[in-house]
Amino acid sequence: MIGFATRRFVQAMIVMLVVALLSFTMFRFVGDPINQMVGIETSLEDREALRERLGLNDPIPLQFYHFISRAVRFDFGTSYQFRQPVSELFAKRIPATLELSFTSALFALIVGVPMGLFAGLNRDSSISKLFLSVSLIGISLPTFFIGILLIFLFSVTLQWLPSFGRGETVQIGSWWTTGFLTVSGLKALVLPSITLGLYQMTLIMRLIRAEMLEVIRTDYIKFARARGLPDRLVNFRHALKNTLVPVVTITGLQLGSIIAFATITETVFQWPGMGLMFLQAVQNVDIPIMSAYLMLTAFMFVGINFIVDILYFLIDPRLRVGRP
Amino acid sequence: MSVLEIKDLTVEFPGRKSVFVAVDDVTLSVDAGKILGVVGESGAGKSTVGNAVIGLLQEPGHIAGGEIFLHGRRIDQLPYRQKRLLRGRKIGMIFQDPLTSLDPLQTVESQLVETIRTHLPLSAKQARQRAVELIDAVGIPDPAERIGQYPHQFSGGMRQRVVIALALCAEPELVIADEPTTALDVSIQAQILELMKKLCAERNVAMMVITHDMGVIADITDHVAVMYRGRLVEYGETNQVLGAPDHPYTRSLVSAVPRPDIKVDRFPVVDYIEKAGAPQRKIDISSHWLGKARDFSAVSGPLVRIRDLDMRFETRGSIFPSRRKYFQAVRKVSFDIEQGETFGLVGESGSGKSTIARLVTGLYQPTDGTILFGETELTSLKNRKDVLAMRRQMQMIFQDPYSSLNARMRVKEIIAEPIRFHKLASGNAEVRRIVDDLLDHVGLGTAAGQKFPHEFSGGQRQRISIARALATRPRFLICDEPTSALDVSIQAQILNLLKDLQEELQLTMLFISHDLAVIRQMCNRIGVMRNGELCEVSGCDQLFEAPQHPYTRELLELMPSMELLSRANLATA
Repeated sequence: MIGFATRRFVQAMIVMLVVALLSFTMFRFVGDPINQMVGIETSLEDREALRERLGLNDPIPLQFYHFISRAVRFDFGTSYQFRQPVSELFAKRIPATLELSFTSALFALIVGVPMGLFAGLNRDSSISKLFLSVSLIGISLPTFFIGILLIFLFSVTLQWLPSFGRGETVQIGSWWTTGFLTVSGLKALVLPSITLGLYQMTLIMRLIRAEMLEVIRTDYIKFARARGLPDRLVNFRHALKNTLVPVVTITGLQLGSIIAFATITETVFQWPGMGLMFLQAVQNVDIPIMSAYLMLTAFMFVGINFIVDILYFLIDPRLRVGRP
Repeated sequence: MSVLEIKDLTVEFPGRKSVFVAVDDVTLSVDAGKILGVVGESGAGKSTVGNAVIGLLQEPGHIAGGEIFLHGRRIDQLPYRQKRLLRGRKIGMIFQDPLTSLDPLQTVESQLVETIRTHLPLSAKQARQRAVELIDAVGIPDPAERIGQYPHQFSGGMRQRVVIALALCAEPELVIADEPTTALDVSIQAQILELMKKLCAERNVAMMVITHDMGVIADITDHVAVMYRGRLVEYGETNQVLGAPDHPYTRSLVSAVPRPDIKVDRFPVVDYIEKAGAPQRKIDISSHWLGKARDFSAVSGPLVRIRDLDMRFETRGSIFPSRRKYFQAVRKVSFDIEQGETFGLVGESGSGKSTIARLVTGLYQPTDGTILFGETELTSLKNRKDVLAMRRQMQMIFQDPYSSLNARMRVKEIIAEPIRFHKLASGNAEVRRIVDDLLDHVGLGTAAGQKFPHEFSGGQRQRISIARALATRPRFLICDEPTSALDVSIQAQILNLLKDLQEELQLTMLFISHDLAVIRQMCNRIGVMRNGELCEVSGCDQLFEAPQHPYTRELLELMPSMELLSRANLATA
């Protein structure tokens, strides 16, 4: 177990290094960073001095080393547009994105798992067929379109829910702001998290359904039924738990992509999160923000994958014992 | 009163076009403390009878007629909930494959306790106590310790004991065992059968054993019911039915069982069972394609010489050699295979017999030792052309005819592939002619070439495998359990076919099986393997009449008694 965890950790580090290299390359070679920073009237001498001060004349491996050692301390330099440290900008935005992602992942699981279970256990019922048809919409409609539809229906026509922003937020600790504690904050969460989570929900539902169909055909489920166990035990304790290994994998990966691809939803709903900031950074060629966003997203992906790998051990006892 | 009474049971599976009658008008009964055997080949409907009794027929199958009584109470028409309460409580079930019938993610304890508490009003603590007693009763050592483990920590035989304990959780009156020992080795099989016999007598349980294995039937049952295509063809006391079978089907079934006690030239095949297909013409090797251009270098002495063969698999990798762990699959094995003979390798699962087959064919590289094919050292071949030439001379027939044929290729393409690959024919017309010819020789008929593998039964697929193996005109054929997935009557046909082909084509064979009876009928000389080591090599009759090694003697003793069957054979002869 420890050996396995260590190995995975080393692999995760390698992935992060490669991403850092990409990020560094972008930072260093997409356009001249000095041109981005200074005005048009800065003299050549001043530019050269700035270049020297920023270490841009050092050998490239040394620059990369400096880049990494700063990145480890979350120091990604100063944003070109805002003239503020990138880390501070992110700290302000991260809570919004994480709360949105968390809510939509929760939504996807809470709705998707029972629907998948139902459809898997009653494959021929008309309700399961309805679930499947509806889920097709979730998969085939693009996220932004669903968002706009929802805004049109619930904000414009019915006027039940706000169409943009986070509502009122409450400050917790020095840097975390939450929308969970106010009514307007919760209301504001509904539409964006459904928009963001719909695709994942469909995916989870279909995955669980397919896995359940597979598992209920196995001998141990037949044997459990032949022992007279009630359906509740057979379906939930035996069948559901055995479907979980692939579901956990996909859910883990999807959580990563929820965070990463919140960009579109955040734009549609003007959600003040990292994704929106990233999009603005792209428009303004704000390289420090872009490279920091790249690093942060990769870090979350890798971290979530690492956790998923560890979860396998908790679910499947066959992995726990070392092979003979 | 009988514990179980089945009257005129008919089970139907409605299909898209027609209704398939899986069980047709079957009447049976089982008494307390007695064992009823239900025997038949695949598709005979024997498992369906068991499933109908316990109320677990696969959709859309349903009971179309007849009555089932448990202790005089009619149970086939009970509503779902009440049927469920019978399962486990009154009727226990044992399944075929112990490796898949336990939930891999739950400990043995939690599976036992949940079953006990479903049926009996016990506290968690009492249920655990009872679970430990049950595990002890089915003969698992250290019950209190092992009960907390997961199924994968038990061996196959031990898992089947757990399955039996689960079936007995709530003291059922009837136990249905569906092929309880088919997936087990002969020594484990003997133990499990012994256990079932003991439990049946001790607990006064009525038992219904569903199997295709005549040996099992002869060994433990009091009564036997023989089924054929959904019908009950013969039913009575086991001695009576096996000793003096009445119905022609029973006679044919009994006579098709390979005999470990006497060597016969050919397996008796009875036409009653399945038409063997188009008549096979004899091959005259001197003029036939299969004999043509057998440009093999002449060999004096044995064709295959294996010396000090070692094979180990790394089970834990490490960059430090001292920390690596290995599993020794084959240890210092040496033997010769003479030209034209059939050399048998027998042993239980994990004894390394299949590993040897893979080493000889070059699928694995041996860790140490040499394999000489004629004068050529196989492990030293580096040049791709030489390797291919060598592979052409040896072909393999695998155990599972379902997974060893590519399901997306037509049969004629499957057989033509090796011919094209080794460039053994001059043009497409010739390839076609050869394929047709081969299909004819293995008894499938040329029309079979247009079909896909899934259109054939297991026995027919194994014929396709044989045709494919012959397509390269080999002189050495390796058969790895070629018939263990097949019914006895089909097995007899396939083994006869192999014998004929060997004679006609002067093939040398390495024949691997766990079935001593089959080995005796097929082989000239036999090697007995255990834990990767070769215990004994001797001539066929000598091995069975005067075994030298204690393990060989043990194996021979474990074979189900064939006394009843041999009497039947004398009667039919």
